[in-house]
Amino acid sequence: MTALFYIAAAVAIIATVLVITRSNLVHALLYLVVSLFAVAVVFYTLGAPFVAALEVIVYAGAIMMLFVFAVMLLNVSADAPLRVPRSAWIGPLVLIAVLLAELIYGIGLTNHALHAGEVGPQQVSAALFGPYVLGVELASMLLLAALIGARHIASQPESPGLDEPQPAGEAPDTRANEGGEA
Amino acid sequence: MAAVSLDHGLILAAILFVIGFVGLLTRRNLIVALACIEIMLNAAGLAFVVAGARWGSADGQVMFLFVLAMAAAEVAVGLALAIRFRQSLGRLDVDDADEMKG
Amino acid sequence: MLQLLWIVPALPAAGFVVLLLLNRHLSRRATALIGAGSVGLSAVVAILIAVSFITSPPPGDAYRQVLWTWFDTGGLAPQIAFYLDAMSVVFMVVITFVGFLIHLYSTEFMERDEGFTRFFMYMNLFVASMLVLVLADNLLLLYLGWEGVGMCSYLLIAFWQKDVQNVYCGRKAFIVTRVGDTALIVGLFLLFTQLHTLEIQPLMAGAAKNWAAGSGVAVAAAALLLGGAVGKSAQLPLQTWLPDAMAGPTPVSALIHAATMVTAGVYLIARTNVLFTLAPDVRLAVAIIGTVTLLYACFSALAQHDIKRVLAYSTMSQIGYMFLALGVAGWSAAIFHFMTHAFFKALLFLAAGVVIEALGGEHDIFKMGGLRRKLPTAFWAFIIGAASLSALPLITDGFYSKDLIIETSLGAVDGNAWLWLGALAGSLLTSIYAFRLVFVVFFGEQQTPVTLHPRWRMKLPLVVLSVLSVVGGFVWLPGWMGGFHPFETFLDTALPVTQTVAGSFAYTGVAALLTSLIAVVGVALATVWLVESRAALARFAARPTPHDVQTFWLNGWGFDWLYEHVFVIPVKWFARVARGDLVEPAFSGIAWLNLQAWRALSASQNGQLRVYIGVAGVGLAVIVAFVVLR
Repeated sequence: MTALFYIAAAVAIIATVLVITRSNLVHALLYLVVSLFAVAVVFYTLGAPFVAALEVIVYAGAIMMLFVFAVMLLNVSADAPLRVPRSAWIGPLVLIAVLLAELIYGIGLTNHALHAGEVGPQQVSAALFGPYVLGVELASMLLLAALIGARHIASQPESPGLDEPQPAGEAPDTRANEGGEA
Repeated sequence: MAAVSLDHGLILAAILFVIGFVGLLTRRNLIVALACIEIMLNAAGLAFVVAGARWGSADGQVMFLFVLAMAAAEVAVGLALAIRFRQSLGRLDVDDADEMKG
Repeated sequence: MLQLLWIVPALPAAGFVVLLLLNRHLSRRATALIGAGSVGLSAVVAILIAVSFITSPPPGDAYRQVLWTWFDTGGLAPQIAFYLDAMSVVFMVVITFVGFLIHLYSTEFMERDEGFTRFFMYMNLFVASMLVLVLADNLLLLYLGWEGVGMCSYLLIAFWQKDVQNVYCGRKAFIVTRVGDTALIVGLFLLFTQLHTLEIQPLMAGAAKNWAAGSGVAVAAAALLLGGAVGKSAQLPLQTWLPDAMAGPTPVSALIHAATMVTAGVYLIARTNVLFTLAPDVRLAVAIIGTVTLLYACFSALAQHDIKRVLAYSTMSQIGYMFLALGVAGWSAAIFHFMTHAFFKALLFLAAGVVIEALGGEHDIFKMGGLRRKLPTAFWAFIIGAASLSALPLITDGFYSKDLIIETSLGAVDGNAWLWLGALAGSLLTSIYAFRLVFVVFFGEQQTPVTLHPRWRMKLPLVVLSVLSVVGGFVWLPGWMGGFHPFETFLDTALPVTQTVAGSFAYTGVAALLTSLIAVVGVALATVWLVESRAALARFAARPTPHDVQTFWLNGWGFDWLYEHVFVIPVKWFARVARGDLVEPAFSGIAWLNLQAWRALSASQNGQLRVYIGVAGVGLAVIVAFVVLR
């Protein structure tokens, strides 16, 4: 099990690095799926099979599906800036090096052993619908709000919006247009 | 059954987090930026699960579920915004979104 | 019934709020209905309360209604509380009733004005503030009303704000009255620090108990309150704003600058009569200010040729009479004259408004003339008003109140012959200028065509006020007419009785005959000069000395010139000189620093999402460093 953890961790790190370095968007997303699968394995080795399953179903399944749909809808590769110049990496890398060093120092290598044995779906569900039931309700409200909000934001405005080019010659609200795009 | 230590799990979470962070700092594509945020949220969830596993309690996993719900909500709205963004500006470059600069 | 008292000021206040909120969404009809209706309802409630107050007086002849505590700090906890006694009943009823008639009149007068809603908004706020002023239970609430009416006065004088001259007039009124208001608030500070309360009744009781008559603190307090009263009531030396206040619409002049607000000073002095009784010197000053003002204003009125300015000076002079009465401790007489004056002066102003409207905004009386047949309602109203103003005997209300003041000025313990002679001279001059106005405006050749005739909403208030100007005086008949005086009996429940010298000449029939005769002689003189020998008068006025005197009077005895040179120009000079002092760069330095800080922060707000994240990351690194390296 220990070996499995370290292998999965290595896979997760490598896949995640590839996510942020690939200039092909679809490739990047596929590496993200790999990374999420690896994290699911990590969860399994930590004795949390329930969230391991959820990681696969929700993250790697549903959320990634959304990404893929968005990419297909937008035909992203045609225009988006996907290549990053080498020099742009320097500053962020220095920053995260410092941050990571601090975090590792803070965590400390004290070798606290994890609790042996797994925490199965039954216990999770008991906690979820016991003391955390209010949180579940709030999460459902959040998801509903996100659903409505996404529907509203993505839908086309009813009047000719700022986005469509106006027919030449007759431009009743040219000024509004300019105001919007300025 | 496991000889995995708490520290290693947390360090893995920290590494994933900073990778997501560096992606957010360098990549200009809005979709990739959203993916980076997903990575960071996932890392945070991982830290919860590791901490829960330390004590053998279900709380960490419950927190991961909440993070998951939040990530789902965030990505739904974020992608909807990406669609509008593309329609408005014709591109998906986050650097283009500077209309509100002072 | 008495517990409905709060409704009386609340109704106009509600009208103000509604008009303010719905401003542009209201039709003129709805505006008129809300504006005049709120005051009308308020008048109905006020009259019901007055009837109930008179038929079944509350214990102690005063009713106190506490609504809530305004604030509570440092031992000062003024309440929003109303105090109703005989005096406030009189003021309340006159304000709401005359106020309603003037609102009704305004619905037609202002009909074609674009600021119709704004006008009624201010008017309602004025009525509400005025009611707060006269009903206030403590001096701080009174001061709130006092400032409220001052603000409305400013807003309404400058109502036609597109003409900058009107705005200057409003500003002048505001600044000049502010001088008096400052004295008043300092007086309130003094009273509070000395007696630790601002509630009027405990305050008066405390003053009577703790202060000796003529003691320095009593004199100072009374003098400061007098300063406020002088400013608000346009008495010497703060009178210069009132003639210029005529720049406002005529109903405003009728309501604010004749019937109600300018008498607030009279109310204040009568309300704090205990203080003034404790300070006989100040009371003498009140009497002298009143007498001098009334003579000053009479002479000035004689020379004016703007119809409203004549009436403005006449208001000033009539308030001078009230001050004279207050000065000789004729408290009730002053309130009586306030009431009759409110009727006949509102009548005169409203009639003048009809004339001005009919002639298309003409104010110059020498361009009027011959309107007797064209505007009969205005003519008869004006005749009645002028007769009442000149106190023609028996048939006018002005006679009863002014006669009372004149006889009190001699017959009261504090009265003397000089005051009496001044009042008599004023009476003569009053009838001359009043009937000069009548003859010049309504008789002779017609100069300007009549373009507009009043309809019922303008006529009805004239009729009602005419009737009141005749019968209003019958509530207090002098001793030689049988001594029917329910008004006095009523007011005596709230105000001290005037101490009179027994067997004084003032109370004999001869004195009354003299007073009456003087008024009639004044009218006769006006008739002879203006109807019989107008040409001779014109020749006389054209000679150098009379001409100069006339110009002097026309300009209000040069007070504006004096104040301009004594106060305005030195202050302006000082402001110019003091402009470049050390404080100035300090403040502009602060402004400059803020500007630079704004520039820097504004530049950091560059809209680059990745920069924001980077800065957040640095912040995160710093915070984590603090946490882990601690």
